[in-house]
Amino acid sequence: MRIQCEHLSYTYNAGSPFAVNALRDVSLTIEEGEFFGILGHTGSGKSTFVQHLNGLLRLPSSLKKYKPKKPKKGETPPPAPVLRVGDYDLTDKKTDFRALRKKVGMVFQYPEYQLFAETVEKDVAFGLKNFLQKGEKLSEEEIKSAVSDALSIVGLDGREMAVRSPFDLSGGQKRRVAIAGVIVTKPEILILDEPAAGLDPLGKREVMELLHNIHGDWCKTVLIVSHDMDEIAENCTRAAVFSEGTVAMCAPPAELFKNAEALLSLGLDIPLTAKLVLALKERGIDVDCDYTTEDFIAKVLALKGGRA
Amino acid sequence: MKEVSFGQFYPVDSFIHRMDPRLKLVFLIGFIVAIFVANSFYGLAACAGVLILIIAFSRVPVLKILRAVKGILFLVIFTAAINILFHTGDHVYWQWKIFCVTRGGIIFSAYLILRLVLLVVCSSMLTYTTTPVSLTDGIESLLTPLKWIRFPVHALALIMSIALRFIPILMDETERIKNAQKARGADFESGGPVKRIRAFIPILVPLLLSAFRRAEELGDAMDARCYGGKKRTKYKKLRFTWRDLVGFLTLALLITGVALLRVYVGDIV
Repeated sequence: MRIQCEHLSYTYNAGSPFAVNALRDVSLTIEEGEFFGILGHTGSGKSTFVQHLNGLLRLPSSLKKYKPKKPKKGETPPPAPVLRVGDYDLTDKKTDFRALRKKVGMVFQYPEYQLFAETVEKDVAFGLKNFLQKGEKLSEEEIKSAVSDALSIVGLDGREMAVRSPFDLSGGQKRRVAIAGVIVTKPEILILDEPAAGLDPLGKREVMELLHNIHGDWCKTVLIVSHDMDEIAENCTRAAVFSEGTVAMCAPPAELFKNAEALLSLGLDIPLTAKLVLALKERGIDVDCDYTTEDFIAKVLALKGGRA
Repeated sequence: MKEVSFGQFYPVDSFIHRMDPRLKLVFLIGFIVAIFVANSFYGLAACAGVLILIIAFSRVPVLKILRAVKGILFLVIFTAAINILFHTGDHVYWQWKIFCVTRGGIIFSAYLILRLVLLVVCSSMLTYTTTPVSLTDGIESLLTPLKWIRFPVHALALIMSIALRFIPILMDETERIKNAQKARGADFESGGPVKRIRAFIPILVPLLLSAFRRAEELGDAMDARCYGGKKRTKYKKLRFTWRDLVGFLTLALLITGVALLRVYVGDIV
């Protein structure tokens, strides 16, 4: 499913003195199969944007009580927003938002705090049972096997885990269980808000590895929201930088980080590799790499080898 | 950034906002006494007049205050209806089985409505013009005499202020968990009452857990800063000013006036 978004704006507390323009005229297209990164400061609108993609936040025109405003004379109305996820038109009130949520899985920040059931199996099966169509039924075995598949793709032993209480697990395990609870319905698009937040470096790497396992056969498109530039540089095919409610840049990481000054001027960090490239540049050495650690090391070694 | 704005406090700077919270609390209690001492329309009109003065000096928009009344509208209509229908007396206008409408009933109901509205508006004026923090400070200070009988006044005030502080945090958390479960297909809007209540379990369990977790963390943090023991000083000291004197005199005048009216004018009903 392709995500197409044009002229999307969103205001919190509209019409009150506390109104905040969280998104201003955002246009962004994400193709099927991408591992897409969304970067930006707190309050840059990135979370607001992703919450639109599965209908947790709605465009005014998709609400039941919506009445189109008549444009005032002599005033050109702002361009109508477009938001399409696959075949779903999110500006339309007739769209089945529950069906959409089945296709677009969303893992919130610190997802381990949403666990609630007595056993891991029941918790993971929660989404699976919720998304059943009317009249559709799953047998015990089908549920069991779907749950154990989901647990095994996040790197947990399905059979051993299933009967345990989610509250007895370690932090990393809880997070995996929570991710399993979202991907168990095999959404086509998986959105994760800071999936590695609060984990140690090893835990971070493991989470990223499991996302790569999920990406492809299990979920065609993966979207991660992140502060961590290294994470984006290492993993994403493309990334968008949000700033003050708009998309400031959108490019593959290799191009994005070439423009390190622009990122720094937005008050964002750059990945370690980009910092090293800048430091080497100051000393008159140009390293042309795609900013993944592996490539950077290979290129630097090649330079060294070339000279020695 | 949130859709919910918590609390009643209306942030402007006014005469009433600057009054000492203790005086405002005492004023509220005194005002309630006055409302119930007043047994004539003159008495209640005097109360209403004072209240209108307070509203005018507080710079809180009238619309906000009406919203507070809207909250008890059902209660007001319900009690008024019951009183009208069951009050017995002379001047019967209408009767059906045990229900009757009398002149006394209508007047009694009118009093009741007026009293309820005055009560609610006055107490919401307190919360509109006083931050929860200074309100708890005021309560703590007023309860100081209870310390003589070893009542833990300070602990009580602390519990109150922590509880108030946690309300917006927990509301935020609820919103977040609700969204997370919605993303997993949870449905809070359809089905019968039992199904709807059951649908809240996936919100309540994580919410309770996180409340306990936060409480534990807060306790640890307070421990780590050696909270407790010695007498604590205050960052903001409460002080009576001329405004509080004006408030106190108004209250004294109101209560005396209402009491005199009761004695000399008597019951009109």
